[in-house]
Amino acid sequence: MNQFLNLTIYGLSEGAILALAALGFVLIYKSTSVINFAQGEFLLIGGYTVYAAFVVFKLPLVLAVVVGLVFAVVMGLLIERFVLRPLVGESAISVIMVTIGLAAFLRAVVQMIFGTRPVSQPALLPRTPVEVLGTTIPLNRILVIAIAGVVLTAFTLFFRRSRHGIAMRAVADDQQAALTMGISVRKIFAMAWALAAVSALVAGVLLGDITSVSGNLVSFGLLVFPVVILGGLDSVPGTIVGGLVIGLTAQYVSGYWDPGLAQIVPYLVLIAILMVRPYGIFGETRIERV
Amino acid sequence: MAAISTGVYFRTYQRELALRHTKAQYVRLALVVVAAIAAPYLLDPYQLSILNTVLIAVVGAVGLNILVGFTGQISLGQGGFLAVGAFTSGLLTMRADLPAPLSIACAVVVTAAAGALFGLPALRLKGLYLAIATLASQEIIVFIARRWSFLREESGAPLSIERLKVGGYEITREYFEFQWYWILLGCAVVAVLAARNLFRTGLGRSFMAVRDQDIAAAAIGVNVTRTKVVAFAVSSGFVGLAGALTAHYSETVTWESFTFEISILYLAMIIVGGLGSVAGAVYGAFFITLLPVFLNEFIGGLGEDVPWLVSRLPAIENAVFGLVIIAFLLIEPRGLDRIWQRMKDYVRFWPFRY
Repeated sequence: MNQFLNLTIYGLSEGAILALAALGFVLIYKSTSVINFAQGEFLLIGGYTVYAAFVVFKLPLVLAVVVGLVFAVVMGLLIERFVLRPLVGESAISVIMVTIGLAAFLRAVVQMIFGTRPVSQPALLPRTPVEVLGTTIPLNRILVIAIAGVVLTAFTLFFRRSRHGIAMRAVADDQQAALTMGISVRKIFAMAWALAAVSALVAGVLLGDITSVSGNLVSFGLLVFPVVILGGLDSVPGTIVGGLVIGLTAQYVSGYWDPGLAQIVPYLVLIAILMVRPYGIFGETRIERV
Repeated sequence: MAAISTGVYFRTYQRELALRHTKAQYVRLALVVVAAIAAPYLLDPYQLSILNTVLIAVVGAVGLNILVGFTGQISLGQGGFLAVGAFTSGLLTMRADLPAPLSIACAVVVTAAAGALFGLPALRLKGLYLAIATLASQEIIVFIARRWSFLREESGAPLSIERLKVGGYEITREYFEFQWYWILLGCAVVAVLAARNLFRTGLGRSFMAVRDQDIAAAAIGVNVTRTKVVAFAVSSGFVGLAGALTAHYSETVTWESFTFEISILYLAMIIVGGLGSVAGAVYGAFFITLLPVFLNEFIGGLGEDVPWLVSRLPAIENAVFGLVIIAFLLIEPRGLDRIWQRMKDYVRFWPFRY
């Protein structure tokens, strides 16, 4: 029972981070229909910018996070403007490949600056063990769930209530109709990339704190794909459910069975889902016309 | 067939179907043949070993292009299929004592079957969902290759393969690269010719019809289901050949040579070379394989002045690799093949502009 609770909390914390990473991915896909293979690298860059600001330049933590946020927004905007915008209307394979090229480039830049070994960063969140229902769990795991929950709620509210959020949903739904209503599709595209980079930054920093700031942040980023397939490529609540399910499954499999197997279980789940529902569980079925 | 050159007209269908249309093409073909025959006598063993790697990449890239460039089915699972080919051939040679050529042939068939099996999701999935499904199959195949102890030596070391024997002849140590060159050249030429001719047949044309618009293809009587599965099988057959050749050439098989990065490398080859062009796949294989080699030489030459660069070499290689992909997609999405085409047009019409 204790182990079960332990695994559940660990799974939920990792699932919450996954949901954050996947949220950025879905944001981009939903409004610009670009599948972003560089999402894992966004996590990596987020983790390392905050590390650089906090540890290397010795800024206070709050300021370091602000620097990280600004950096993420600027990076998102630049990538959208100079890499993705020229490819609007190109075939799916071109768009996928350009993000793969981007991923290779961003990863290499981080590696060039910081090397390949994990860097040591003092704990951002307190790691004091706390007792929950008779089992001890480091406090940071619980805080991670809380922070990710707050950020995810904020994003959801942003989409439901704010003017910009509604504009983004309108663009995702029908670009031409949105244009006739006076929404600037360009601005929305730029905003989607900036917001995706921000949510990846939060995910990267949290993940770096509970594990370590290293190149492994990228491999975590690949898990975004099972999450979004589970949740549907275009559904925000779906990513939260998907993230939690994948996080929990991976933890249970590695705890009760085989840690190595846990790495591919998400993919097995993915294939099973695609066999039954080709558009994911929450995804919309598209009707295609010639 | 890719775009036909400007200013070349056909009066009969036979002429249009011909592999070569102009005198210049025959001249170039002759030059390529001469270069291919002269190469092993002019290059030293190190350069020849790079050329051999390129030739294996040519087979794999041509195979991948059949699927991605000609049929429009995105595949991120190339590494997995290479692994299937390599392990099948390796195991049949070492454990079942089959002669190497036979085991390579079996590897082609087995990989084609595996490709058709993993292609089944493609019947229902499209574009992005398909890309992710193939990514999953890649991860699963590599996981099996990594964890299944049958695929290793008993000591746990990677599976090693005896030196290639064809009939009574064995590859000798001192002429290793030289002899391999002829074998690999033969395989690459067969692969290129097979692919070129495939797209003159009805089957090849139906691949392209499915790529351009599968619903419309179905409406004019192309069996989309069959076409997709066959495309996966044919393409994987080529890839399996490339995998089996890698296994015998490097004389060892380990899962580490078939990771996701390899899948991306092959995709980069066909993007840089030109999607939907057999010649493009060949150019791309040369370009992407030679890129790190030249980069190494270049930075090694600068090395004395800037030691920082040398220590960061792997990272620089990756960064350049990423930039090359991005640059090609932004500047010339149809790749080297199109650039070559434009150069030829320019010469043919000089002094007029096209």
